[in-house]
Amino acid sequence: MAQAVTPFPVAAQLKPPEQAIWKRAMFSLIRAKWPLLALGILGVVVVMALFAQQIVPRDPNRQVLVERLLEPFHRDENGTMQYLLGTDGLGRDLWSRIIYGAQISLAVGLMAVAVGGLMGTTLGIIAGYRGGWVDDTIMRIADIQLAFPFILLAIMVLVVLGPGVWNLVPVLGIGQWVTYARIARGQTISQREKEYVEAARSMGAGDWRIMLRAILPNVIAPLIVIASFNVASAILAEASLSFLGLGVPPTVPTWGGILNESRDQILAGKWWPAFFPGLAIMLTVLSLNILGDWLRDFLDPRLRGR
Amino acid sequence: MGQYIVRRLLQSVIVIMGVTLLSFLTLHLAGDPTYFYVSERASEEEIIATRIKLGFDKPLPEQYLNFVGGLLRGDLGTSIRSRKPAIELVMERLPATLELTFFAMFISISVAIPIGIIAAIRRGTAADGGIMLMAMFGQSMPSFWLGIMLIIFVGLQLRLLPISGHVPIIQPLTEGNFNEALANLPSAIRFLIMPGITIGLFSLSRNARLVRSSMLEVLSQDYVVTARSKGLSERAVIMRHAFRNALIPIVTMLGLEFGFLLSGVVVTETVFSWPGVGRLVTNAITQRDIPVVQAAVVVFSAMFIFINLLVDIIYAQLDPRIRLR
Repeated sequence: MAQAVTPFPVAAQLKPPEQAIWKRAMFSLIRAKWPLLALGILGVVVVMALFAQQIVPRDPNRQVLVERLLEPFHRDENGTMQYLLGTDGLGRDLWSRIIYGAQISLAVGLMAVAVGGLMGTTLGIIAGYRGGWVDDTIMRIADIQLAFPFILLAIMVLVVLGPGVWNLVPVLGIGQWVTYARIARGQTISQREKEYVEAARSMGAGDWRIMLRAILPNVIAPLIVIASFNVASAILAEASLSFLGLGVPPTVPTWGGILNESRDQILAGKWWPAFFPGLAIMLTVLSLNILGDWLRDFLDPRLRGR
Repeated sequence: MGQYIVRRLLQSVIVIMGVTLLSFLTLHLAGDPTYFYVSERASEEEIIATRIKLGFDKPLPEQYLNFVGGLLRGDLGTSIRSRKPAIELVMERLPATLELTFFAMFISISVAIPIGIIAAIRRGTAADGGIMLMAMFGQSMPSFWLGIMLIIFVGLQLRLLPISGHVPIIQPLTEGNFNEALANLPSAIRFLIMPGITIGLFSLSRNARLVRSSMLEVLSQDYVVTARSKGLSERAVIMRHAFRNALIPIVTMLGLEFGFLLSGVVVTETVFSWPGVGRLVTNAITQRDIPVVQAAVVVFSAMFIFINLLVDIIYAQLDPRIRLR
């Protein structure tokens, strides 16, 4: 007997377009497998960061020198799991350190993007809206910054100011503002002469009000896409700088910092102190990149599959 | 054309001034920079003497002019640790860094172009999916981590490649010793492979995605349809009509690419103990040897700006549309 065909696939295609954007986003996310997996991984990392204190099996800074460099899945005589990911060169629990590391990586990534995004979007909209010498000045500064590798300047600034989150975040943020500014400017120029801006102006809205209330909401979509990629690159940059000893003071475990400490064990062939923090960075960054790709396709379907 | 070159040259001069200004201001971010130039145990008199000797007691604008003056004479200060001119230390190490950068660029481009084309032609197949997934991973890996993993697994466990060491190629070339450079090449490449992959994988992945999307764009153009309908072989359509035009965005990226790889060098050289500028910088960071860090930043930036200028000029030569802008 022929099975009844369920009408769902057709119904799914015929969804009315006026559905709320977040609802469409949710459906699109569930249909695509990779972004959903990415979101799952990110969820785990966020939970790790938020509830680090409750989750960690041990104090991440407690050194047990007799138990140094134990292999992953180490069990004691009774067969209970002691160290899930093994211990580092000072006998600290690697798993606990990685859980705490999630805090700094995520916080630095998000704050850097907040700084860069706010600065870039503001300057970009002003440049696009005002035009003239304001535009010229802002965009020339952006050109200068793009004209040389920023990580070098970041290194220089952090050497002078010393390592620490509050030096790291502005440096990484300033490293990103140009991307937002360029896109915000381009979008603003294309929106500036639209009727709704004209309407707002004729109703007596001032420049700032127009930029904030009329233009910003219409230029923000591509900026969100950039932001999701930039969280990923800020996390990578933080890891590199921490690896060079320029990130966060060594008492705070960060993924890049744990990797840096693992360098002494490399030649002894002890792979785990280096492998796991790097894996954590890679999975987080990979998830952010996949989500960014999906978000870009979702907001701009013309780019799908490109 | 002449006009275009002059304009680009002027732009580059402005950018270099901007970079030096930033680098100069950075030095003053934390207040009096004299303390970077004296040892921690320096006496009060020594500090004052150094301050006057280096001119840090003068007003900032005057200091900047002096800094630029020194720059024009090739003087970027003296290393605190080795007491040698900072610029000399950087230049000594530059050949090794350039070898690594060019090799990474070679790996990146020679792999990215074919796999990008394959992914575009076989769009939607398992090959495409596999290549794009690999590219995604490649773009998400911290390069220094990849380096460490290569050292542990390829170098130490499989013993396939040396984990550190360096055989010079560019240095004998600059001394006019062409035969020596050629003789060094095979062993030099063995040392270059792992650090080269470490630096190059990120841009390889990015370029593969770029080649793919740019090929897809071109393959849907009318002239490709025309070429196909003329009855040209698929090979001719792809290589002669599509690929050439798909290259444009990649060539534009080359200059930026170089700078990107150059900054990857800093971390990777540390991992592989590569005797280049990157390791010099990392050592200078731990010793707080600011003049050396500053010299490296200025030299790297100048090189980056120069190469971008070169790429733009060559590019304008190739594509007349650019010149008209």
